[in-house]
Amino acid sequence: MPGVPDSVLIANRGEIASRIARTAHRLGVRTVAVYSEADEQMPYLAECDEAVLIGPAPPALSYLNAAAILAAAARTGAASVHPGYGFLAENAGFARQVIEAGLTWIGPPPDAIEQMGDKINARNLMARAGVPVADGSGEPVPDADAAVALAARIGYPVMVKAAAGGGGIGMSAAWNDDQLRAGFETARTRAERFFGNPAILLERYIPAARHVEVQILGLADGRVIALGERDCSTQRRHQKLAEETPSPGVGPALRERMLAAGIRAGEAVGYRGAGTVECLLDTATGEFVFLEMNTRLQVEHPVTEMVTGIDLVEQQLLIADGAEVSFDPDAVTSSGHAIELRICAEDPVRFLPSPGAITRWVAPAGDGVRVDAGYAAGTTVTPHYDSLLAKLVVHGASRAEALDRARAAVAAFEIAGPKTNLPFHADLLNSAEFSSGDYDTSVVSVLRP
Amino acid sequence: MAEIRAEMVANVWKVVATEGDSVADGDTLVILESMKMEIPVLAEGSGTLARLAVSEGDVIQEGDLIAVIE
Repeated sequence: MPGVPDSVLIANRGEIASRIARTAHRLGVRTVAVYSEADEQMPYLAECDEAVLIGPAPPALSYLNAAAILAAAARTGAASVHPGYGFLAENAGFARQVIEAGLTWIGPPPDAIEQMGDKINARNLMARAGVPVADGSGEPVPDADAAVALAARIGYPVMVKAAAGGGGIGMSAAWNDDQLRAGFETARTRAERFFGNPAILLERYIPAARHVEVQILGLADGRVIALGERDCSTQRRHQKLAEETPSPGVGPALRERMLAAGIRAGEAVGYRGAGTVECLLDTATGEFVFLEMNTRLQVEHPVTEMVTGIDLVEQQLLIADGAEVSFDPDAVTSSGHAIELRICAEDPVRFLPSPGAITRWVAPAGDGVRVDAGYAAGTTVTPHYDSLLAKLVVHGASRAEALDRARAAVAAFEIAGPKTNLPFHADLLNSAEFSSGDYDTSVVSVLRP
Repeated sequence: MAEIRAEMVANVWKVVATEGDSVADGDTLVILESMKMEIPVLAEGSGTLARLAVSEGDVIQEGDLIAVIE
């Protein structure tokens, strides 16, 4: 009878490795951690049953090294692989290798990853499935001249993006031909360097927008359900800093339309497991468009867990094994409000990275407070990986209560050593924009001009 | 003479300028990479780039010399 795999190799590091291990242990699943030479002291290693060194610090030699990870799985007899987010999580080739090795892949079918991984293909697929998309290119834009010609048709401002991109890398908005030419060349260089694929697409840019995404779950029986939305408009460099659910900018009628679109998106690719359909909501018109789909567990998944009471990692393990989810998919309820703050090793003014040894670490606790931490006192933040130290997640009966709890928790969080963005989060929570809920993706640049 | 030093531990991703170049205030000399972020190192003042102390692929520590402008 299907249930959950009896063991899982976690092909990731830091807070998400710890978070996956927590649920695995609760379900009696044996855990295998992998680590690079830079991560020998990381807390997640002690939280797993076994830990395997897979290579030197640079990600290409360790956390992106599919052969080393598969060898670790073979050596430890792991029955499944959970990729977390980032690294190999959206690499269809890796997913196929896992499956071909006879292991269970804790993720969607490789074909779904592939179809959504190319943003141009995803756009076209969504348009055919009846999901709204922004006016833009249905095929790669070959050069800057073609980009300028296309912009003349769709109208400025436009957004330049790498088709294979993610994390905001290579993305820029352009208001005129000169900016577009410069943005196109930058995007192309970065797309080649970071993603090994120079294809570029252009879309109409929405200047005043909220970033709202829908959590979907493709069940083992083929149904796709939606577990509400998350508002991720608080961003710097097109990367999220804070998320909340429900979105203060989404009312019941709009929510119904967005969740229905999220379900259609998942159905269009035969989705299984946890995935996220990201949309941009035009605050001027109240219309939304598809942005991209993340075919994995999202960093900010805890806010959904806090309001629904559903453990998303548990559902991933169940679905991957062909089992039913642990809750009634027809009776999902949401209660209260949840906010997540990403605590990063970055200076709180310019958001520049600040690696270094952590000498003190006191995380807040209390009613409605959850901390998913990747580091602890005595560990060192190295320059090799992203700057996320921990996710501070709070829940309250109302948004006002969640805000109060978040303010208290930020004030109580003590980290010494690297600079952190805790002071920024204090400012954010006290700002008129964020407090009122009436904010958009410009909120960080308003607070840090 | 102005010395430009690293603000953090980082990898040298790209060396944009060449020793002997005339540079203006704000020109990009080198692009560092740390924690998945690109950090441009800019000329602080105008002059001649007398020394470029880093090469692509180097790992530099906070306080390490990157360039000297005269």
